[in-house]
Amino acid sequence: MGAAVIELENVAYSYGGGELLSDISLKLQAGSFHFLTGPSGAGKTTLLKLCYGALVPTAGNVRLFGKDVREMERDDVAVARRRIGVVHQDCQFLDHLNVSDNIALPLMVSGRDLLGEAANLNELMNWVGLKSRASAAPPELSGGERQRAALARAVIMSPDAVLADEPTGNIDWEMSQRLLRLLVELNRMGKTIMIATHDLALIRAAKTHVQARVLRISNRRLQLAGADL
Amino acid sequence: MKVDLSRIAELVVGDTQADRVVPPTGFTATLTLFSAAAMAFLVVFALALSMATGRLADRWGSELARSSTIRISAPDGQLAAQTEAALRVLETTGGVASARALDTEEQMALLEPWFGPDLPLDTLPIPQLIEVIEEQDGFDADGLRLRLTAEVPGAVLDDHTRWRRPLVRAASRLRSLGLISIVLIGAATAAMITLAANAALAANTQVISVLRLVGARDAYIARAFVRRFTLRALTGAAIGTALGGLAVFFLPSAQPEGGFLTGLGFHGWQWLWLLIIPPLAAIVAFAATRTAAGKTLRDLT
Repeated sequence: MGAAVIELENVAYSYGGGELLSDISLKLQAGSFHFLTGPSGAGKTTLLKLCYGALVPTAGNVRLFGKDVREMERDDVAVARRRIGVVHQDCQFLDHLNVSDNIALPLMVSGRDLLGEAANLNELMNWVGLKSRASAAPPELSGGERQRAALARAVIMSPDAVLADEPTGNIDWEMSQRLLRLLVELNRMGKTIMIATHDLALIRAAKTHVQARVLRISNRRLQLAGADL
Repeated sequence: MKVDLSRIAELVVGDTQADRVVPPTGFTATLTLFSAAAMAFLVVFALALSMATGRLADRWGSELARSSTIRISAPDGQLAAQTEAALRVLETTGGVASARALDTEEQMALLEPWFGPDLPLDTLPIPQLIEVIEEQDGFDADGLRLRLTAEVPGAVLDDHTRWRRPLVRAASRLRSLGLISIVLIGAATAAMITLAANAALAANTQVISVLRLVGARDAYIARAFVRRFTLRALTGAAIGTALGGLAVFFLPSAQPEGGFLTGLGFHGWQWLWLLIIPPLAAIVAFAATRTAAGKTLRDLT
């Protein structure tokens, strides 16, 4: 295992007077594969947001690539996010741009020349099976296509880690298997993967392909999941 | 203050990729364009008013200040003699550049606006007027009055101070009001563009959230909005200035009998002032949007 890409140390997060997460410690080593599970409302999304610097912990430390987020300027967090691809359950596309432009969005905001990246973009569209849908508007995509487009956008900057929040929540089993295979493939390329999901079948399916660590949030704390998985 | 020309060029030329990430916003675009055009139109008139009153104040303040009038009222038989005596006094008065008695035609021309043409001046007891032009340093008005009292009993010196001072003061006030109006219009423009920018930013929180998710710096996001509003303000102000300029250009020209309102406008090089209105509007929009975007982005977690 390599160095920690993302590290949480005794992290707590409170919102609206209530503590959502408490005493969370977690190290995502380079090349590792994690599942984060727990019931709805347990704090999976909050924990993922802490992992990519979208939220700042109320206690404890979050380190992205060795740097404490509290000591990072906003711009530093933005740059760190280019090394962490995020896939949301609702995908979060810009509907006024087509699929291809949405996938290329991280390249645009980092000032890369899109013409120079055209070959990479094309290859990536092909990899996620959306080459024929490049000029479609995001609302025209099916649930599975949206998730694959979101995954393509998350990896276009060749990030060190990919965090996915319920990526299979809105898609059928066959499509979720396809998405899982893409994530496993990314992990084999050395990317750190963390998937927040309450879909235990997905976790079981993944464990046949990859050595994954399964974490569960229960009573605001993080636990290593037991043998029921 | 050092001006970073590369940043100005970047703002004007823009980044087509960055421009695309913010969706077009019809309502705020129209609002900004219209506000900037309307405000620029008003600025043209405020500027024209300032220029006109400025010219008026200068004329009343300098040209009229250098001229005085001596009015001689005397019985018919003594009028010519007293006029001669007054001119002799003036010839020996220090600070007087020239003095001459107005002829009948000139006096009739002065009275014509009030009494109409073909005034039978001969039959009326009209006083004789002497126009006195002063040298740069002027003359001693009190001393001249004393001499005239002694040597020309029917002569009254009017150095125009009594009516000139309030008029100059009024013209100066009008000029100041014009300038204050320009400042207020600028502030109102800034306020309107800030509101429009805030509305655009509020309508695009989802876009901002996505851009942050994919690693956009706040400066990048702000620039996309700032550039858009700055260019809209520049375009709107250019349209408003052009329309305002045309309206002022086609105002009735000043007639000799006209008041200062018919002289409202720009003379010669003063038209060049119009060229700075669009860039100034753009600067105001740039500052307003940048402040609004900075605050909104700071407040958005």
